[in-house]
Amino acid sequence: MTTPSQTVGPFFSHALPYERDWELVPEGHPGAITLTGRVLDGAGEPVPDALLELWLGFTGDRGALSREGGQVSGYGRCATAPDGTYRFRTARPPGPYLSLQIFARGLLRSLLTRVYLEDVPDPLLDGLEPERRATLVAAGSGDSYCFDVRLQGAEETVFIEF
Amino acid sequence: MTLTQHDIDQEIAARHAAYEQRLADGGPVEHQPRRDYAPYRSSMLRHPQQPPVTIDVGKDPELVELSSPAFGERDITEIDNDLTRQHDGEPIGERITVSGRLLDRDGRPVRGQLVEIWQANSAGRYAHQREQHDAPLDPNFTGVGRTLTDDDGHYRFTTVQPGPYPWRQHVNAWRPAHIHFSLFGTAFTQRLVTQMYFPSDPLFPYDPIIQSVTDDAARQRLVATYDHSLSVPEFSMGYHWDIVLDGPHATWIEEGR
Ligand SMILES: [Fe+2]
Repeated sequence: MTTPSQTVGPFFSHALPYERDWELVPEGHPGAITLTGRVLDGAGEPVPDALLELWLGFTGDRGALSREGGQVSGYGRCATAPDGTYRFRTARPPGPYLSLQIFARGLLRSLLTRVYLEDVPDPLLDGLEPERRATLVAAGSGDSYCFDVRLQGAEETVFIEF
Repeated sequence: MTLTQHDIDQEIAARHAAYEQRLADGGPVEHQPRRDYAPYRSSMLRHPQQPPVTIDVGKDPELVELSSPAFGERDITEIDNDLTRQHDGEPIGERITVSGRLLDRDGRPVRGQLVEIWQANSAGRYAHQREQHDAPLDPNFTGVGRTLTDDDGHYRFTTVQPGPYPWRQHVNAWRPAHIHFSLFGTAFTQRLVTQMYFPSDPLFPYDPIIQSVTDDAARQRLVATYDHSLSVPEFSMGYHWDIVLDGPHATWIEEGR
């Protein structure tokens, strides 16, 4: 019997964020990309108290919390700023997408989505209507991408479950 | 219009009755809170309106989400699981030991995985910048801990009993005492953030956050039990709380390796 989820609440920012949490790779790492964006609520207002977690699908050689050792960690975290923005510096994922999980006050359960760096043929994307599909594809190219998370409303981000 | 506890009580009762009706009509047991639970007002503009899209694991070869971040000894320090030893002096409050196991849905231990906790101090105040509750801060208590589960999935924290606190959603809104927990499994899909509560808290019926779990048995799984064998003589009161992670497909993937 599984344990139910509860909201992360408003008071996690002295607890869950850690030094260099948003840096899966160090500055200047060859091939690094930056992923930035905003988290928006159903009224289009920025969500200033969300926590985002990025997962590339491999552990890597860099400490996940300590950021010691090697060059690449597969895991990072970023709390949104007062204007709802977040940022990650990361390596490219092995496949077409990065896994993104969202926690916030008001979310009784976390939300899981995918950040596709390019619009490619894909089992998930191919099953979506064009407008819904577009919510999962980051804008940008080269070393800089932008991906907004819309929790609710007309352009609501596609969230997934397994 | 002022939102009263009575208003919230009625909304909670209505949602509980609606769940009982769904069950009576043959609906499934709901182990998780609904995402749109209006008695908890913050959910209203933040819950998705579209149902989540189910990933067909058979069709999707990437399976990034079926692996999980891993943490190791270098990520934590020895005193990270003792919240009473992180400052020069001792925090005020009743010392408690909180321990249990992290398990998957089949009852197997989740080994060597990160458990993070955070909580208010014994006066019900968080060491958080935006906290507005006018209760004393404790210079000897930050209220943040981390540990890794052992080979049997056990975790253990030493801390102080957190106090209940007011939170302004409605007039006289109080959160029952709780410890926030953050957990990782063997798949990113099993990631869980939740809250542990203490036995027989009189605030349970009034709190829309715990009541968002409308199933009585599921809600009870958020409540620790007092365990005298975990109490440390001359030192602390013991509480036992096991955590079971969801995530159906992680199981057979693991077995296939
Ligand atoms: Fe809390």
